[in-house]
Amino acid sequence: MANSSIQILQPVLIRFSAIWRYKDFVRGMVWREFRGRYSHSLLGSVWAILNPMALVFIYTVVFSQVMKARIKGVDDTMAYGMFLCAGLLAWSYFSDLLGRCPDIFIDQANLLKKVNFPRSTLPVVLFFSTTINFAIVFTIFLIFLLLSGRFPGWSLLGMIPLLLIQQLFTLGVGMSLGVLNVFFRDIGHIVKIALQFWFWVTPIVYPIDILSDRLRSLIELNPLTLFITAYQQVILHNQWPNLSSFKYHLMGAVVALITGFLLFRRLSGDIVDEL
Amino acid sequence: MPQIIVKNLGKKYKRYANHWYRLAEVLSWGYYHCHEERWALRNINFTVGRGEAIGIVGQNGAGKSTLLKLLVGTTQPNEGSIQTTGRIAALLELGIGFHLDFTGRDNAVMACRMAGLNKDEIRHYMPEIERFSELGDYLDQPLRVYSTGMQMRLAFSAATVVRPEILIVDEALSVGDAYFQHKCVARIRSFQDEGTTLLFVSHDPAAVKTLCRRALLFDEGKLIQDGEPDNVLDYYNAIIAKRGKDETIQQIETQSGRTITRSGTGEASIVNVEMVNSSEQPARVYRVGEMAKIICQVRINNEIECPNVGILLRDRLGNDVFGTNSHHLNAETQQISAGHTFLAEFLMPLNLGVGNYSLSVALHPGWTHLENNYDWWDQCLVFQVIPGNSFDFIGIASLPVEVTLKKERADDRNPEQ
Repeated sequence: MANSSIQILQPVLIRFSAIWRYKDFVRGMVWREFRGRYSHSLLGSVWAILNPMALVFIYTVVFSQVMKARIKGVDDTMAYGMFLCAGLLAWSYFSDLLGRCPDIFIDQANLLKKVNFPRSTLPVVLFFSTTINFAIVFTIFLIFLLLSGRFPGWSLLGMIPLLLIQQLFTLGVGMSLGVLNVFFRDIGHIVKIALQFWFWVTPIVYPIDILSDRLRSLIELNPLTLFITAYQQVILHNQWPNLSSFKYHLMGAVVALITGFLLFRRLSGDIVDEL
Repeated sequence: MPQIIVKNLGKKYKRYANHWYRLAEVLSWGYYHCHEERWALRNINFTVGRGEAIGIVGQNGAGKSTLLKLLVGTTQPNEGSIQTTGRIAALLELGIGFHLDFTGRDNAVMACRMAGLNKDEIRHYMPEIERFSELGDYLDQPLRVYSTGMQMRLAFSAATVVRPEILIVDEALSVGDAYFQHKCVARIRSFQDEGTTLLFVSHDPAAVKTLCRRALLFDEGKLIQDGEPDNVLDYYNAIIAKRGKDETIQQIETQSGRTITRSGTGEASIVNVEMVNSSEQPARVYRVGEMAKIICQVRINNEIECPNVGILLRDRLGNDVFGTNSHHLNAETQQISAGHTFLAEFLMPLNLGVGNYSLSVALHPGWTHLENNYDWWDQCLVFQVIPGNSFDFIGIASLPVEVTLKKERADDRNPEQ
């Protein structure tokens, strides 16, 4: 029993050690990805801050002041904006990763064809680069909360394990999609369309409690629903999330990662031939 | 202990008629086989010892590049195995995965990272890359503004900054200018002296002969020759000549379609042109100074006087190198009636510089082809001149030359005094 589990783990460990040896390469790729986006602009990486600032400003100030949208049970004009940001920022963290996963190998075709390096570093690069984007936006949001006196408190730390589970699940699914998309390029398009529907079946712009019971039980089948509502509770009510209710999500994330990994291992030889 | 052991190596590519077939195969979990298999390489066996320099030759599609990719590890074999020991540096085609939006320096650093160097090592080696590539200010410019030659300089400098145990070079040298090519060759040579194993793919027999002591010839995915570069290249030439001959036959069959290169009034026509070496074998590669015979088969279609046959050799850029005709050579004309053929044979030593040349043949009534042409066949064949056994030289002509060095006496130096 112990022997067979070592056999299964061995390729995983080999790849982890390869990624660790290539940590400078991963760091370089993440940095390059970040800079590449702003390389032709005068302000450079200042845009990385201006963009999310505009976003936070629009959702909080404009939505609350102009549209005067309210959240039931919270006596604060800013509440809807905060609700929106809590869901939307986490959603864009998710959709950024999932949306880019299908192209993960295709985009690096030039590299994969010419240089032999551990290919398993590419998902890691993508994971970190989307995480940095999220960290920037979320930090700006937190600064805004702090300045406007609405900083939620320690329950923010409870978001970290949830975000991790959410993104590891996404990465697992995304790796499978990335591998398959090399052979069937339709997958990239399907994911883009699916994400649009997914957005609206997730309670991001609407609170889940305005839905009828029947609709609500449908929406709760969406694995993201529990995550997003937990973030909203943290931001609005400083309510520590109930971590034990995420055990199935954690299991799902592990299964997704293993599936993605196995698929990748099975087909990694064919990927280069197909690019 | 050999550095590279290749055993029974095979690589196949799957070909699907369209993507639906692939989907059907995946969905049926491999029950339906909807693809054609094409073996790019099969049953390849060879070993390479430490410090050997091996030239890999073969026509396009022979499997050379596939072999290199397998050796580097960017693609996996379907059969057999490859064992290599030591660090491999490879220049596959152009560049080493460069990104055009980043500066040369960024790309060089990234290339080093991909080669597994750490931060301190990269900091240590960067000045050397800077020095060797001689890119100057361009090193801090984005790669977009680089010429292909400059990219190659950067790629070579970065890939070879640390001496690898195995160096793999695929055609990369051919884009650099002569000066940098020499620099690269010098660096490769010094690596060889220190024990680096070299695998070198080239269509340039001259380069293979100068750098390598052993050559592998691939044809249609098989290793068909393994031995001294001279012998292997001779065999290679025979293959090219065979193909070349088939081509000329095809060209004649499709003569009507080739109106651009064939022109003339048609009273006489060139039926066939062949170029043979001193052993009367068709060949397309000659050593400098080797005897070649150009044989033109001419048919007389109308009652005309025997036409003059002219030949013209041009270099790769289309410059006239040498041309003459049977009139200038005082050939005795023959009486040939319509419907019959005759042969015009030009025998000459190819005292030409190393390079590619084309042969054009013309039939004309007067002294030159300028007034009137019966037939003009542009570039009816292409051949190559490679370094011979005589002295080295540069340029397009191999002039007979002698040199003597004499010691001057003191009173010769200043005759006025």
